[in-house]
Amino acid sequence: MILATVKKCTLGTMILKATLLAMAFLAFPASARAEALVADLSSHLIAITTGFQGSELLLFGATDGEGDVVVLVRGPEESLKVRRKDRIGGIWVNRDEVTFEKVPVFFRMASNRPVGDFVPYTLLSRHQLGLRFLELPVAEPTVLQADIVSFRAALLRGKSREGFYAPGEGKVTFLGERLFRTNVVFPPNVPTGTYKIEVFLIRDGHVVGAQTTPLIVSKVGLGAEVFLFAHRHAAFYGILSVILAMLAGWLGAVAFRKV
Amino acid sequence: MQIYLPIAEISVNVFYLLGLGGLVGALSGLFGVGGGFLMTPFLIFTGISPAVAVATEANQILGASVSGVFAHWRRSNVDFKMGFMLLAGGLMGSSFGVWLFSVLRGFGQIDLVISLAYVVFLSVIGALMLVESSRAMFRHRRREAAQRKLHKHTWLHGLPLKTRFRKSKLYISALLPVGIGFFVGLLAAIMGVGGGFVMVPAMIYLIGMPTSMVVGTSLFQIIFVTANVTILQAYYNQTVDALLALLLLIGGVIGAQIGTRAGSFLRGEQLRGLLALVVLGVCARMFFDLAVTPGDLFSLVSQVDFSGER
Repeated sequence: MILATVKKCTLGTMILKATLLAMAFLAFPASARAEALVADLSSHLIAITTGFQGSELLLFGATDGEGDVVVLVRGPEESLKVRRKDRIGGIWVNRDEVTFEKVPVFFRMASNRPVGDFVPYTLLSRHQLGLRFLELPVAEPTVLQADIVSFRAALLRGKSREGFYAPGEGKVTFLGERLFRTNVVFPPNVPTGTYKIEVFLIRDGHVVGAQTTPLIVSKVGLGAEVFLFAHRHAAFYGILSVILAMLAGWLGAVAFRKV
Repeated sequence: MQIYLPIAEISVNVFYLLGLGGLVGALSGLFGVGGGFLMTPFLIFTGISPAVAVATEANQILGASVSGVFAHWRRSNVDFKMGFMLLAGGLMGSSFGVWLFSVLRGFGQIDLVISLAYVVFLSVIGALMLVESSRAMFRHRRREAAQRKLHKHTWLHGLPLKTRFRKSKLYISALLPVGIGFFVGLLAAIMGVGGGFVMVPAMIYLIGMPTSMVVGTSLFQIIFVTANVTILQAYYNQTVDALLALLLLIGGVIGAQIGTRAGSFLRGEQLRGLLALVVLGVCARMFFDLAVTPGDLFSLVSQVDFSGER
């Protein structure tokens, strides 16, 4: 079963594609059985332009029979410092800090019913299904072990507040018995990088099918160019900023000289 | 119309930024102040991180000072020798300041230091201005100015390395302008201000320069110091948002023209009183943000390195 990778499709054409896919499955049930699960995204690229207002992708697919579907969206990993403020002399000052490694910049999960109902604990933790199963190793212990728990909670809280993590589960809907779909919403400030979208088909507490699809989130256009230029050629960018500001100031002086 | 600021990494309305530039520009035209000490807090209140606000403001002040220095240059109101002495100190101070900025940023204390520096300076300046303007308003004038000696000899005149400044008709120690330049350069790097509000009084009262020379010479120094800060901040901290600076500049240049003309219709001491209240208000807000218990005691700092390929 081969699925064409489609970029920049409208939702309408995607639904059409999904329907065609469904018809293909109905027509050739035998060939579909070769793979327990197939899924694809309506687009494999999110382009953040200057006026980017967020994006919504459709993930759709089919299973070879009964089972539950869990979708996991993980952004690229980073290390993240969490700082805690303390009150010193009446003002709040950053004091302790903990650095977590391998923190996904973005995390979403969706399933057709609560994962706790059909996924055993070992699977939940092996595949890190849910924020509470995220493996976030601490770089070097700078605070007491008991304290790390509160730093970890703060990390999850902060990421959720920014809209990068979602505490609950999204909804995967089945159309009929074997076709499923879910929408993945990306906020306007979505971090860039290569995302990994994992789809699991779980039957009787076992993963019987799994598929991983990449998704690229990247800044495009002038803003992205400027950002990368400023970080890769920092000195040159600085000199250019100086020249630009001087030029603008000079133009201003010329424009208003005789008024 | 929203515009995405590439370095600040937030979307802000273009007209808000132009308006902010125009408003602060008008204030600077009206009062003859640089405006950096108002612009940086306003940018922080907008949601731009203090580190980016400070570095970008240095870039903007550079443009605004270039715009202003021409007029003084034509009237030959620039004492270049004094300017270079101030500049020597300024370059040292600002370079030290950017280094300090990087170190503090690594410790996670830069935002605190910026806010604290603002609270201290704004409260002092605001209070001084308020006292001065209310005295002027109540015509509470004393005759002490007339009784003061023309030239007071203080310990400052006993410093070594005495140099003659022909244009300002002074014979003073070179350490004085270098020291003042250093301090102002440090402020430029840490606070994102031109430092005119410190340098101008220092030049008049400490160095004893003729008032006509002061503004042109300080602008001359500010141009090179802010250029130094811009390049160093861009190099070490990647916090200069050239697009933001440019938008603020456009608003600022227009606003300054409006402010300059409006100034001739309004009474000086009332205006200064008003500015003092604005300064104190900004100061109070900054202090409030420091003192009030934050909604979340924890904050997250991403450690991504963008220097390589992604």
